[in-house]
Amino acid sequence: MITRSYRHPLNSSRLEPGEPLLEVSDIRLRFGGITALDEVSLSVRQGTVHAVIGPNGAGKSSLLNCISGLYRPQDGTIVVHTPAGAHDLTRRKPHRIAQLGVARSFQNIELFRHLTVLENLMLGRHIHMRNRLTRSLVWFGPARRQELAHRELVEEVIDLLQIQSVRHKPVGALAYGFQKRVELGRALCMQPALLLLDEPMAGMNAEEKEDMARFVLDAHELAGVTVVLIEHDMNVVMDISDRVSVLDFGRLIADGAPEQVSTDPDVAKAYLGEEVQA
Amino acid sequence: MSDFLQMTLFGLSNGAILALAALGFVLIYKATRVINFAQGHFLLVGAYAFYAAIVVLGLHWSLAVLVGVAFAATLGVLVERFVLRPMIGEEAIAVIMVTIGLSSVLGGGVQLFFGTTPRETPQFLPSGALTMAGATMPWSRVAAIGIAAAVLVTFSIFFTRTRHGIAMRAVADDQQAALTMGISVRRVFALAWALAAVTAVIGGILLADLSGVSAGLAGFGLIVFPVVILGGLDSVPGTIVGGIIIGLLVQYTAGYVGGGLEQVVPFIVLILILMVRPYGLFGQTRIERV
Repeated sequence: MITRSYRHPLNSSRLEPGEPLLEVSDIRLRFGGITALDEVSLSVRQGTVHAVIGPNGAGKSSLLNCISGLYRPQDGTIVVHTPAGAHDLTRRKPHRIAQLGVARSFQNIELFRHLTVLENLMLGRHIHMRNRLTRSLVWFGPARRQELAHRELVEEVIDLLQIQSVRHKPVGALAYGFQKRVELGRALCMQPALLLLDEPMAGMNAEEKEDMARFVLDAHELAGVTVVLIEHDMNVVMDISDRVSVLDFGRLIADGAPEQVSTDPDVAKAYLGEEVQA
Repeated sequence: MSDFLQMTLFGLSNGAILALAALGFVLIYKATRVINFAQGHFLLVGAYAFYAAIVVLGLHWSLAVLVGVAFAATLGVLVERFVLRPMIGEEAIAVIMVTIGLSSVLGGGVQLFFGTTPRETPQFLPSGALTMAGATMPWSRVAAIGIAAAVLVTFSIFFTRTRHGIAMRAVADDQQAALTMGISVRRVFALAWALAAVTAVIGGILLADLSGVSAGLAGFGLIVFPVVILGGLDSVPGTIVGGIIIGLLVQYTAGYVGGGLEQVVPFIVLILILMVRPYGLFGQTRIERV
């Protein structure tokens, strides 16, 4: 039950729900002789929660790294649609991709450990801050007004994720569950058009997982943020996703609605292994 | 007593200038993990740039300061772009050797243009002295402490309050995450080198006013290492405390012991600190999990 409304939209994509937002076409990623992704194609629609699942080493994180520009695939295109047009991400540097509104979290938390929660979240506002270096040295006037406006949005995210009590603590001193939340929060502060979450519930107990799933759904339902989610827990995936893509050994072996994918024989084989022929 | 007061003033002013140069060193180390052995030579180059602007170009000292700072910022950006960026991903020892080479180039370049004779610079800090309890306290020293303190405070505010300062700390913590926040790591690196050169050059200009310019300034710059080892390689407050401790120690040793020991004492501190507390007074203790 959602009881409060938020003044700042956390979603910066202005596409209509259902329009294609992200289109991955035939990407191939190799490290030396190892093929991490092999002709993977998938399409993520505006306003959906799109899960990517698969056994360990299937290439899920590699896919996310290609989308956010940390890896560069040898072949294929990754296109993000904005009202201004289509942008091929494979030709962009990671910080330029972030400026298009692609935000992410990492499997092994990558927070700024020595900065406080508030500073981490304010860094999520970096791309939206327009002041130049010379102006930012002047603490009063426009720079300060701008800072206060950004702070308002950050406080809403703090509310949403219930991390009020730790906002001034250095992130490195927080418990694991809180760190995961701060990482989600930092991505939300970017007002993302597309939110990539790499195992947001990894290493959590059932209760923490439930909390986290609710935060992700809140962000999705309240703000309409499109989410691409890597997750191992099949119950969570089936509960919260609109669409599921399955990777195995770098290939896409299934793609569809959750109930459809869960009964797919190829998927069962990938997870449980080949039946031994007698 | 009068000797003690005077030594304290000289020690504090030298220490404040050391802290400035050390701040630049820490900036580069924090943001880019490069140990810059050429930091002392930035101080030297800055002092000569200032000298050239005043004496050769005939500018007013205030303009000459601006020229020196602009020159430093440009030099810092160029060094990052053409010397350090090609070294990204190379071994730490290779990067260190490159900065040592850079220090030779900077020192040699200065000698090429200005020769080896020490020069007097026209003074711009207030002249005259305050006599207190029998001690002669030159106003220029007092002013140098004030200017250095103001620059250090400005930089602390920059780090803790401004978007670019926080972005710089973010890059120091996690480059990959910074990239995905839309921060250009390259620009932050360039900014770190520019700012590091600027702080060293301001130190160099103050030194030029206090004691003229000569190749010996690079030797003064070398004391940056004991300062940052004492304060901690990655600690901004550490540079201030380290600078003041080393500055005072050198003066007291010169006054009470003498015999040239004052030139060695910073490095004795360096060795002792490395043995007892290798992370320095305020540095981060790094525990690597294997």
